[in-house]
Amino acid sequence: MKCAPFEYVRPTSVDDVLAALAEADGEGKILAGGQSLVPVMALRMARPAVLVDVNRVDGLSALDHAGGNVHVGALVRHQALAAQTLHPLLAEAARHIGHTAVRTRGTAGGSIAHADPAAELPVVAVATGATVTVAGPQGDRWVAAEDLFAGPLMTTLDPGEMVTGVDFPVPTRWGFAEFARRHGDFALVTVVVAEVGGEVRTAVGGVGPVPVRARATRPEELADELSPTGDLHGTADFRRGVAVEMARRAFASAGIREAA
Amino acid sequence: MNVDMIVDGERFELDVEPRHTLADVLREQCGRTGTHVGCEHGVCGACTVLVDDEPVRSCLMFAVQAEGAVVRTVEGLEQDGTLHPLQQAFVDRHGLQCGFCTPGMLMTAVHLLDTHPGADRETIREEMSGNICRCTGYAGIVDAIEEAARSR
Repeated sequence: MKCAPFEYVRPTSVDDVLAALAEADGEGKILAGGQSLVPVMALRMARPAVLVDVNRVDGLSALDHAGGNVHVGALVRHQALAAQTLHPLLAEAARHIGHTAVRTRGTAGGSIAHADPAAELPVVAVATGATVTVAGPQGDRWVAAEDLFAGPLMTTLDPGEMVTGVDFPVPTRWGFAEFARRHGDFALVTVVVAEVGGEVRTAVGGVGPVPVRARATRPEELADELSPTGDLHGTADFRRGVAVEMARRAFASAGIREAA
Repeated sequence: MNVDMIVDGERFELDVEPRHTLADVLREQCGRTGTHVGCEHGVCGACTVLVDDEPVRSCLMFAVQAEGAVVRTVEGLEQDGTLHPLQQAFVDRHGLQCGFCTPGMLMTAVHLLDTHPGADRETIREEMSGNICRCTGYAGIVDAIEEAARSR
């Protein structure tokens, strides 16, 4: 299907993006890579009145060290994330996102703001304890990834705000494992384990409305704290079982036996 | 809204509707009906074209976003009546039957050969995994790309 009509604006600064969002008064939507938004619009599940294209906004494509973190600008494409060597966990996660023609367009900021509970980057953000930079009418604010995700495709962002970047702590040890039915599909379950500042943190995607921060110190204990819902892709029990197995693999590849 | 872009070496200055995708405009305003539209929501890969040398699903990009871009479609592959080596290999190795997915397959494969010279079968399968074919069972497609990679 074709998208419903919309007004298109293409600002070149964050301030102008915020002004356009304010003018749209809740009916505006930010267009970055468009790999999630445009399908939803083509299926007419979304019909924003105004599309604010941020692809030509200056200063959102940085990818560099910032303290112990790697700063990823909102417009960094998944392909660039997959190719960089500053943050190997992010590179591994990005390689699992969709296919090449999706990774050339899809952006880090878009994936975080879209908040798909099965997407890779939100799980990495929660596992590493990433900080999201949010620009709004009152200036910038910084939100812990865990506080950003509010539900499936829902965040605590105000409609007048935008994600401008994410700071991902670089883990000393890490493991990433996901299970997808077909190559490039959204994963049924993703498990990321990351040792950050001596603390081992585990996050699981695809087993709840948001990426779940798990407290289990061993993969076997994970089953008790997850309450996935079943759907046509897999029953709740199946997802729980897959999560335990993915956790086993993630812990093993991290070289972590127990998250004491 | 105006868009100024180069398609297969030809310059187009067009007035387009913002909601029209790059695929729509290539087909309906640039005469490039070789770019096929399958699912129209980014799943099948048939509409893949190169935008500034990167493979892009042209159904997931609005034409207005291609302002200033250099676009390559399947119709720019053949030169002076001679098929591109990939096109010839698809013919020789049964890389197509109905041909619907072929434009997307070819443009994805052009990028693959540019970025992974001498790609092995596993790499080819990985890179082509975003393009769906319902006729060939893929073996012929992988054979064709492998042959084109070897004969470079």
